[in-house]
Amino acid sequence: MMNRREFCKKAMVMAGGLALPLSAFELFDPKSLHAEKNDKSNTRWVFLVDTHKCVGCGFCVKSCKTENEVPYDANVTRTWVERYVITKDGNTYIDSPKGARDGFTTTKIDQQHEGMKDINNEDITKAFFVPKLCNQCDKPSCVQVCPVGATYRTADGVVLIDRKWCIGCGYCVQNCPYGARFFHPVYHVTDKCNFCYHRITKGMKTACVDACPFGARQIGNLKDQNDPVTKIIMTDRVNVLKEEYGNKPQAFYLGLSKEVK
Amino acid sequence: MKNHVWRPLYVAICIVGIVLIARAILVPKDYGTHEQGYMYGTHRQGNVEEWKAVTVKYKTSEACKDCHGDKYADIKGGAHAVIGCENCHGALMEHPENPPKLSIDRSRSLCLRCHSKLPYSASGRGSIPGIDPEKHNTDSECVMCHSPHKPVIPGSENPKPEVKK
Repeated sequence: MMNRREFCKKAMVMAGGLALPLSAFELFDPKSLHAEKNDKSNTRWVFLVDTHKCVGCGFCVKSCKTENEVPYDANVTRTWVERYVITKDGNTYIDSPKGARDGFTTTKIDQQHEGMKDINNEDITKAFFVPKLCNQCDKPSCVQVCPVGATYRTADGVVLIDRKWCIGCGYCVQNCPYGARFFHPVYHVTDKCNFCYHRITKGMKTACVDACPFGARQIGNLKDQNDPVTKIIMTDRVNVLKEEYGNKPQAFYLGLSKEVK
Repeated sequence: MKNHVWRPLYVAICIVGIVLIARAILVPKDYGTHEQGYMYGTHRQGNVEEWKAVTVKYKTSEACKDCHGDKYADIKGGAHAVIGCENCHGALMEHPENPPKLSIDRSRSLCLRCHSKLPYSASGRGSIPGIDPEKHNTDSECVMCHSPHKPVIPGSENPKPEVKK
């Protein structure tokens, strides 16, 4: 026999249970499933990095931080440049001091707690720079894990973060395979590269593309067959980072090497 | 049935009502599933416009040439033609209104971004003329001898860099 106290408790649980399915009706809205299949947008922003051309000057990082109001001296950045030095004994040394905000001005490689590692020129097999940024994935794992719907993909394929909606739980930061997300020290929400959404939607190029003197960075529209970037992606030997994660990244690279992670 | 059985049910209905009313008030009208479907497109639509409204700070060298045509022609005629004005002078912002004067970065560290010699042949860096910053005139600014707008490449017809007054 159920007493009143128990009945009250069960009634509360049921009330909560009833509230849930009401919001779950959205889950089976056929319109939203239809939208996933029929992408009517005529823009799909993609990025192209030519690692052969990058010289590690870091002007891209400098301009990105200013353009997107990322605190200049905080050790966070929306785009960064990595240096890879592969030696004859088969070791790979990677560094990106301050995200390469001030460029690479010394042969010494920052090995964190192991100190600075200086490698003789004769011992280097190959060395190069790889610029990195948000890949604006086609299947962004960061968006899937957001518990509040604060991060999302726009119709033209850019993943944005709603600063008013983000609760700063950091789940997306952990879920990005590319380490592109960070915690914004001023707004206390997640932040990351958004291909300078305020620039590309005005017909401009991103701040990093404009700052790069060597044309190592390019942005284009994959749905425009005549776009020079689209032509390179379609016809040249481009690669993407960490394909095995299944994120379908939309930043394409020329001249990747197996050491690049 | 007696009243004491129904009373908890009224409480339950009230709680459901409060949850739904609170949701209607707290959740913005434009929050929901948009173009990209449920999994990737659930968001507040107004946020897209908020991102579009961010101020453009870097305006590219093309914004400089109308007023500073001489300097623009100067740099475009030399080896530094590929370098944008704003890389050394900072973001244009709303110049000339705000700021009325842009800064000029004359520091060694700026030049060393490219001209500190790194022997990386797999990268374009390896072929840029460079110096060892710990040995090459360590106590001088580069601009004391080299013109940043029209640098002279060592080994060219005039190997001695243009010396400025």
